[in-house]
Amino acid sequence: MDVLLLQIFNSLSVSSILLLIALGLAITFGLMNVINMAHGELIMIGAYVTYVVQILFERYVPGSLDFYYLVAIPLSFLVSAFFGFLLERGLIRFLYGRPLDTLLATWGISLIFQQIARDIFGAPNVEVKTPSWLKGGVEVMSGLQLPLNRLFIIALAIVCLVGIYVYMYHSAAGCRMRAVMQNRAMASCLGIPAGKIDAYTFAIGSGLAGVAGCALCLLGPIGPSIGTYYIVDAFMVVVLGGVGKLIGTVAAAGVIGVLNTTFEFGSTATMGKVLALVMVIAFLHWKPSGLVSLKVRTLD
Amino acid sequence: MVTVSKLRLDKEWLLFGLMIVVLLLAPTFLSDFRLSLLAKFLTYAIVAISLDLLWGYGGMLSLGQGVFFGLGAYSMAMYLKLMAAGSALPDFMVWSGLTELPWFWKPFHYAWFAIGASVIIPAMVAAIIGFVIFRSRIRGVYFSILTQALALVITILLVGQQPYTGGTNGITNFSTILGFSLSDTSTQTTLYFITVICLACVYILCRWLTGSRFGRILIAIRDAEARVRFCGYNTVMFKVFTFALSAGLAGLGGALFVPQVGIISPAMIGVVPSIEMVIWVAVGGRGTLIGAILGALIVNGAKSYLSESFPDAWLYLQGLLFIAVILLVSGGVMGIFKKLNKSQKITGSAIALAPSIGKSTQISRR
Repeated sequence: MDVLLLQIFNSLSVSSILLLIALGLAITFGLMNVINMAHGELIMIGAYVTYVVQILFERYVPGSLDFYYLVAIPLSFLVSAFFGFLLERGLIRFLYGRPLDTLLATWGISLIFQQIARDIFGAPNVEVKTPSWLKGGVEVMSGLQLPLNRLFIIALAIVCLVGIYVYMYHSAAGCRMRAVMQNRAMASCLGIPAGKIDAYTFAIGSGLAGVAGCALCLLGPIGPSIGTYYIVDAFMVVVLGGVGKLIGTVAAAGVIGVLNTTFEFGSTATMGKVLALVMVIAFLHWKPSGLVSLKVRTLD
Repeated sequence: MVTVSKLRLDKEWLLFGLMIVVLLLAPTFLSDFRLSLLAKFLTYAIVAISLDLLWGYGGMLSLGQGVFFGLGAYSMAMYLKLMAAGSALPDFMVWSGLTELPWFWKPFHYAWFAIGASVIIPAMVAAIIGFVIFRSRIRGVYFSILTQALALVITILLVGQQPYTGGTNGITNFSTILGFSLSDTSTQTTLYFITVICLACVYILCRWLTGSRFGRILIAIRDAEARVRFCGYNTVMFKVFTFALSAGLAGLGGALFVPQVGIISPAMIGVVPSIEMVIWVAVGGRGTLIGAILGALIVNGAKSYLSESFPDAWLYLQGLLFIAVILLVSGGVMGIFKKLNKSQKITGSAIALAPSIGKSTQISRR
């Protein structure tokens, strides 16, 4: 019973992390069809913002050091979103409709970002302290303790998801965004500034990557190449989920999280990951457009 | 029109011939160190051609070409390792506590098996994966992402299965190949010449293939797959064959790489190196086989030169290079050649069409 509960919790935890890192991608890749290989580096920016906020707190307001994290979350969103905005205006808008070219160009961006991070923060990983109120765990029953930082990440993932859902489906801005993504020409005709919407949408996706980076700080040390560890997973989640629907992303993050932890439990850690990826590829063979997909009739 | 394109083709053959002559003469004016570096780049050039065939002509951008390069390289490395170990167990197996040679290592005692396997195993793996992927009509960026995931999976496997693969350190410490000592200059020079010959053969094979009826269908599939399918062609088999051939050639590159460089490890074939391979083709100019060779030589030459003199600046430069190539000269080096030579601008060949593919998708998207 304990083992089962623990497995469920672990799956949830892994799924929530996957969801966080994939949410931003679900917007930039899923909605805008932009293959942003620099997504991992936007995660990295979020992580380093958290690190910088912590250092600033240590230096100037050591008394309230515990609350640095609450400042870091919105700040990492904003900084990453700003970088995403620059990226869209400076590069990606020239490459719409050329997904493979976008992939290569953003890979170039990701190399530059990584090197900048290396030059500023040094190549070795840096440690971000978990605030004291996220240390320890909640004892659910005897012998079963759930770590607080993992619970916090689950909560954060849910908050982000709800936030995005409300923004997309219950706000005027979100409505314009969906309009542009579904039929750009028609939306433009109706007076929606499509170029601007593109930039904002991309910025929001990037900001979510920043939040993911902030969350990753709770799990371990961060370094310049932190993004590359997660980028493939994030893409797999979005591809498995099916493009263009949030619910698919959630479901896919859940499925991959469960597969990962279950296989890991049954075999070794590396084999767990391999088997999970093999399952995903096998699944795509059966349902190429992912778990949930928009029904379209386009053909080339 | 025909004469112009014929002229272009002849010039490309001329360029290729010139390149081969220079490469064959290289041992006379290069130091041993530079020659071994050049040999390494040439094996990369073979991989670049294989990728160009797949991406430039077939429209399938594989972000997992490193895997096939690696499968070829590991096949060769297993043979070399067994030669170096003699009748004993390879050293890393001893360290990991194995007492007996794993069954799948045994056939690699034979050179002919290893050499054959280095081409056939990648081709077979690609054929199986390609069949699964293409049959369910996964294409475009989805194909790219899946091949990238494949690269990740294979590296995880290689690192994780330390006793069988040497783990993170890879396989190294070779001594002889077919009885010749690998540390001898003459062996290395011979290997260099073999590499040049293989490169030439691979180029000629791909040039012949892309100019043939098969190549035309391949280009048609790249540009409008559904229409080709409606015309009655089995596009899946064409793509699977191209993918398998490309993987086999990449494996050949890997097999030539190992004896000359002396090591193969997961870090050389993972996600990042696989993307770098794509960059060679993009820089050289995709859809022009000669461009792939040039791209591999230029990028790697610049990389080793710059990382010798400014180790930190290389990543910045590489990043800027990608962006500049994509934004400014989408045809790569060959595109610049073509722009300089205005008379060739009117060729109605596949290369001239390449940039317009993006535009047509753009229109359909918007």
